[in-house]
Amino acid sequence: MLGAVLLGFLFSLFLVFAGSYFRGKLAVLSSLVPLSLFIYFLTFLPEIADGKVIYENYEWIPSFGVNLSFTLDGLALLFALMITGVGSLVFLYTSAYLKDHKYLDRFYGYLSMFMAAMLGLVLSDNIMSLFIFWELTSISSFYLIGFNNDKADSRKSALTALGITGIGGLLLLGGAVLLGEVAGTYRISEMVMMRDVITDSSHYLLILLLIFGAAFTKSAQFPFHFWLPGAMKAPTPVSTYLHSATMVKAGVYLLFRMTPILNGDEIWHTILIVVGAVTMVYSAIHIIFRTDLKGILAYSTISALGILVFLIGIGTQAALVAAAVFIVVHALYKASLFLITGIIDHETGTRDVTQLSGLRKVLLPVAIAGFIAALISGGVPPTLGFVGKDLIYEATLHFKDAAIFLTVLAILTKILLFYGGFVAGVKPFMGKLPQKFEKLHLPSPLMWMPPLIMTLAGIVFGIFPGLIETAFAKPIAMTQVIEFEEFHLKLWHGFNSVLGLSAITITLGAILYFTLKPKHNLENAIAKLDKIAPKDLTLKLSEGFAEFSRLWTNFFQTGYLRHYISTIVLFLILLLGYLIFSDFSLSIDYSSLTELTVYEISILLMLLMGVLYTVFTKSRLAAVAALGVVGLSFSLLFLFYSAPDLAMTQFSVDTLTVILFVLVLYKLPKYLKLSDTGVRIKHGVLSISFGILITLLILKVLNEPKNTEISEFYAENAYTLAHGKNIVNVILVDFRGIDTMIEISVLIVAALGVFGLLKLRLKTRDKK
Amino acid sequence: MRTIILKSASSYLLPVLLLFSVFILLRGHYLPGGGFVGGLVASIAFVLDSFSNGLDKTKSVLKIHPGFLMPFGLAIAFLSGISPILFSDLPLMTGIWAEDPIPVIGAIGSALFFDLGVYLVVIGASLTIIFTISESV
Repeated sequence: MLGAVLLGFLFSLFLVFAGSYFRGKLAVLSSLVPLSLFIYFLTFLPEIADGKVIYENYEWIPSFGVNLSFTLDGLALLFALMITGVGSLVFLYTSAYLKDHKYLDRFYGYLSMFMAAMLGLVLSDNIMSLFIFWELTSISSFYLIGFNNDKADSRKSALTALGITGIGGLLLLGGAVLLGEVAGTYRISEMVMMRDVITDSSHYLLILLLIFGAAFTKSAQFPFHFWLPGAMKAPTPVSTYLHSATMVKAGVYLLFRMTPILNGDEIWHTILIVVGAVTMVYSAIHIIFRTDLKGILAYSTISALGILVFLIGIGTQAALVAAAVFIVVHALYKASLFLITGIIDHETGTRDVTQLSGLRKVLLPVAIAGFIAALISGGVPPTLGFVGKDLIYEATLHFKDAAIFLTVLAILTKILLFYGGFVAGVKPFMGKLPQKFEKLHLPSPLMWMPPLIMTLAGIVFGIFPGLIETAFAKPIAMTQVIEFEEFHLKLWHGFNSVLGLSAITITLGAILYFTLKPKHNLENAIAKLDKIAPKDLTLKLSEGFAEFSRLWTNFFQTGYLRHYISTIVLFLILLLGYLIFSDFSLSIDYSSLTELTVYEISILLMLLMGVLYTVFTKSRLAAVAALGVVGLSFSLLFLFYSAPDLAMTQFSVDTLTVILFVLVLYKLPKYLKLSDTGVRIKHGVLSISFGILITLLILKVLNEPKNTEISEFYAENAYTLAHGKNIVNVILVDFRGIDTMIEISVLIVAALGVFGLLKLRLKTRDKK
Repeated sequence: MRTIILKSASSYLLPVLLLFSVFILLRGHYLPGGGFVGGLVASIAFVLDSFSNGLDKTKSVLKIHPGFLMPFGLAIAFLSGISPILFSDLPLMTGIWAEDPIPVIGAIGSALFFDLGVYLVVIGASLTIIFTISESV
């Protein structure tokens, strides 16, 4: 399975080098990658249908419990087949849709990278690797949305999508770490067994909110839904693949995965039902106001995602089965509708539904696919959509409280989705063909075959729902539901209340389709409400944040070295001051101190005079020289306390520092009032308090018991292990040689920095 | 600062100081000294020379820009660090030593070459910084 996940990454890497061969006619060959994976996953079908779960484990960072462990159960297989299956068709479609595009190879690279990340996500059994693949899908989707990177719109949408899903990724990381710590394992299959520990833990609510945050952002739930319509700026294959069939379902997948682990408390159900219901109704209503085909599809996708979240929130076996079936239904009809929209856009150059009509005369196979897709979307028998819709009503009707209310919401959503499906899939093909479209001709079969294949699959599965039942519905129910009950999927249930509700839905949907026509003035009317829509509010928030960080930066980054140093020193004073005065006990053992000798006193006097002279002199050069005196006095001190190495180094460094200062200051005016009295007093207070604090700190250190273990080790082993008698040098070149290596590298970087900064400026000055 | 006394003194001091810096480098393993201090002393020698004879003169004595010493020194230090892996199948940075000491220099080992690398990097970096600044002001 590792190979299957890596194949996409390897292919995109391969395209970096061999991309130029895949821009022309060979482009269609790249669909072999998802196709071979699709076939590979199909071979697992019999085993999974028997209720088996396949595990594979590769060690990665075992010390942190992060491993590449993969699991293949019904849920993973459903998603894997969807990813590779829809992927194959999208890859085929792209070769015709973006034919001879300059960057076709690049597009395939991003697309297969995304596919691999998505496969990794659904197959991961380790929540950490799941997180990594989750982030990879966000990143690859950023590149895909912004594929037309010469358009400002695309770039902005890509950034919005990355921002929203990126926040979700961060929340997921938090949730994953917390979950792993509480459960004591990062393996999802082991977490299921720790269910009681997790639901009883005090962090349960936090984990829940973090995971929900991740799922809602990724799956475009209200109020994070607005990135999805924006993401429709991407080329149609991307919208098809990422934003209807796969990536946006990652959040749903996560909720599905977490159901047996976190589904314990009332709050799980409440939040999911409320958010799901709001999302599905809110965006279903939005469909009425849209005239752009892609806009209609975007909102109906959000609505469908809302239904899925809503069903997972209900959480009964019937609801979960309904969700699993609806995932298939939605992938089949929504991907088809997107591809059809792509064809219409490609051929006519517009996606405005008010201008499109009668296209069946020129694009007949596309019209057939569109019609079937609309039927599936509307849940008309004998398609799989009908089965899916019945299951949804079944689930809402048997929910313990508020069954009627939830059912009404579901019916309302379904009616509007029926309308949306027909507007997108049927309306452009009906009526009279405008003159300007008469010259159109059918595009390559590579474009119209994929939607036709998918919609036909929708009918086949509808007539034989047993296929879906044995392959996915049962295995999923067995692993995700705690008390499994036998069930059967059927197209025909006999005359019952669910059938009645279905009939109502289809009738009302049809009436809506025939009475309500998409109009521009409706779209303009809702645009007035944009001001209070989550999108604009979020954008304002991010603008405010940018403004705040600008002010913050300007406040601290003044460009004056003295301000930086004052800030650092002030911060240290506050920190150390708090530390010392919150817990301070100082007892100096005077008897252990030796008497001050004459030369010590004289060095101290030199030090003091050097300092005073530095502070009060009016000449820069004199100040530097006095500072040199301070440094040299220190090296004398080192010498007296038997640290000759330190003394030597201090001596040389001080010499060089003084030279450096002189070099710079020599050219400046000699006598100048450098700062006014107020500033001097401020700096003086800062310096003196800092000095006092450091002194207190050193005295405090003396109080602590001495730990001589390390220095004894060095003293004992310097000669035996490293052939050296000078411990300081042995430590530098042998015991801690790698440190030294890094230090000299830092030194080089500093030198290069100085060289680059000054020489570069010299050159620009020369130009003038 | 170009006085005749400093000028004539520095022409003697430069070789003496350089020799002294090598001496400090070599004695480092047993007695106070080592590559870092040695490098600083050597760069002070060159800086002194540039003060008395002018920067251009010192540069012509050096022949190459001191900056080139940096990658050279880093490479020596790095190679001596990985030499145990290459020659003796020992872990990184293990000291390997020749059996017999060589006259004048003393015991030869990978640590000495490492120190030599440090010495060159320090000369290169400090001279690059000082020369660049003195050219720019």
